[in-house]
Amino acid sequence: MSYTAGLDVGSTYTKAVILDDGDRIVGRGMVNTGFKLDQAAWRAFELALEQAGLTPEQVSYVVGTGYGRYQVPFRDVNVTDLTSAAHGARFLFPETRTVLDIGGQTMKAMRLDEQARVQSFRLNDKCAAGTGAFLEKTARYMGFPTEEIGPLVATSKEAVAISGVCAVFAESEVINHLSQGSAPADIMHGAMASLVDRSVQLMKRVRVEPQVTVAGGILRFQTMAAVVREKLAMEVNLPPEDMVQFVGAIGAAALGHRRLRKTRAPLPAAG
Amino acid sequence: MAYAAGVDVGSTQTKAVIINEERQIVSRALIDTGANVVAAAENAYTEALLNSGLEEQQIEYVVGTGYGRYRVTFGNTQVTEISCHGRGAVHMFPNTQTVLDMGGQDTKAIRVNPAGEILDFCMNDKCAAGTGRFLGAAAAALEIPLGELGATALRAQKPVRISTTCTVFAESEVLSWLGKGKAIEDILLGVHQSIASRSIGLLRRVGIEQQLTFTGGVTRNLGMVHVLNESLGLQVNVSEDSHFMGAIGAALFALDFVLGSRVAVRVRESVA
Repeated sequence: MSYTAGLDVGSTYTKAVILDDGDRIVGRGMVNTGFKLDQAAWRAFELALEQAGLTPEQVSYVVGTGYGRYQVPFRDVNVTDLTSAAHGARFLFPETRTVLDIGGQTMKAMRLDEQARVQSFRLNDKCAAGTGAFLEKTARYMGFPTEEIGPLVATSKEAVAISGVCAVFAESEVINHLSQGSAPADIMHGAMASLVDRSVQLMKRVRVEPQVTVAGGILRFQTMAAVVREKLAMEVNLPPEDMVQFVGAIGAAALGHRRLRKTRAPLPAAG
Repeated sequence: MAYAAGVDVGSTQTKAVIINEERQIVSRALIDTGANVVAAAENAYTEALLNSGLEEQQIEYVVGTGYGRYRVTFGNTQVTEISCHGRGAVHMFPNTQTVLDMGGQDTKAIRVNPAGEILDFCMNDKCAAGTGRFLGAAAAALEIPLGELGATALRAQKPVRISTTCTVFAESEVLSWLGKGKAIEDILLGVHQSIASRSIGLLRRVGIEQQLTFTGGVTRNLGMVHVLNESLGLQVNVSEDSHFMGAIGAALFALDFVLGSRVAVRVRESVA
């Protein structure tokens, strides 16, 4: 039995996944990234090893991805976040042709071909209004920690219209809505709707093809996927539970197995 | 003696200025805007009245400006902050050709004629990058009071290059530089340079002239004045009153109404 690990060092969380050669996920770990990226990567790896009951030596290949991938000292190779998200989405949903990945500081939309190669992609990485940071800020302006976003939005009756042009200017907007008596849940719901509007624009630019798979930390809030379905008027694949946060790490680990198979393939007979 | 007032309700602070008919500043007031914009306008105006020792009836005309100008419920009319900054800047520095107004939530580049009328302007209105808020975010991340930012930045040896555009991401970038062991002074100078370069981008769009007057709340930050002078290769016009420029311009417009209506009354009387 051989094992590979995928280490996805994101701006907010670092995720590790260990995959066996039967494509089974045997261990997962997640920690806050913080500012010491190498340490975060190692701690996430340790958590995944512990769950899998393995030692570091038993893992044949480590693939780093995410914005902090160059800070994983024990990696064998790096792949970009686009490649890992594409392969992760394809691993979980083999019919995936379009991926929407929303993380703490980026939003990515991409279209894939049959081999999960990225055909077209669009990024939003210069502006927080299109990323998880927008929801985090909106929640914080109302005094809610990030983890309460999910339960809060679940109680919303109707989304309040939020312009969503800038995560900083959202503060005055949120305060205005609160002072006019809007419920925090409805404001949060509105923030999600405005974020999804942005992601739908991004997806249209890569040309959406079914099936669509969503990924990234922000999608752990159930309402997000529902709003994406509604705005796209299409069914979307949502990885179960917190697996949605591990899509990039899964893709990286899966690419590790592919690399292993290639390097271990018998040499062509000498001619 | 006739008096007129200007109340500039900004996103962060509200400023009120009272002037006399000689166009001299009689009093000023500055308070935080907070959530209750109507109250902020009233409080700033009341404070300016107290500082002036005048009665409310003596103020013949009040002009509201700034993003909250329609909440100046006691104002006689409203004038946009772009017009007010242009007017105020030319009044204080008569050679002014370009105005850079850096406030809490927006930055504007304005080109004016010698009468203080607006020829062209350009602003960031959809994004907080390059505004005072960017400094606020850095101050919060580094736990330094806003008032000390400029002086701290001026002690820098080797400025860090801030690569993020978004104010929200800048906060994490600042923390990550701290984590990498960079000096607070060097990070802060980098933050100032990043804001300066964005506002110079705006200025280029209206045309940079030799006589540039710097207005708005960020003028109190000497670090920003220094970085702007260095990046632009000139000495920007700035004074203690630069922070009040919008309110000064509004008060000047208010005085126009006072003097204009007297002319109108005299014309009517002479006709009669």
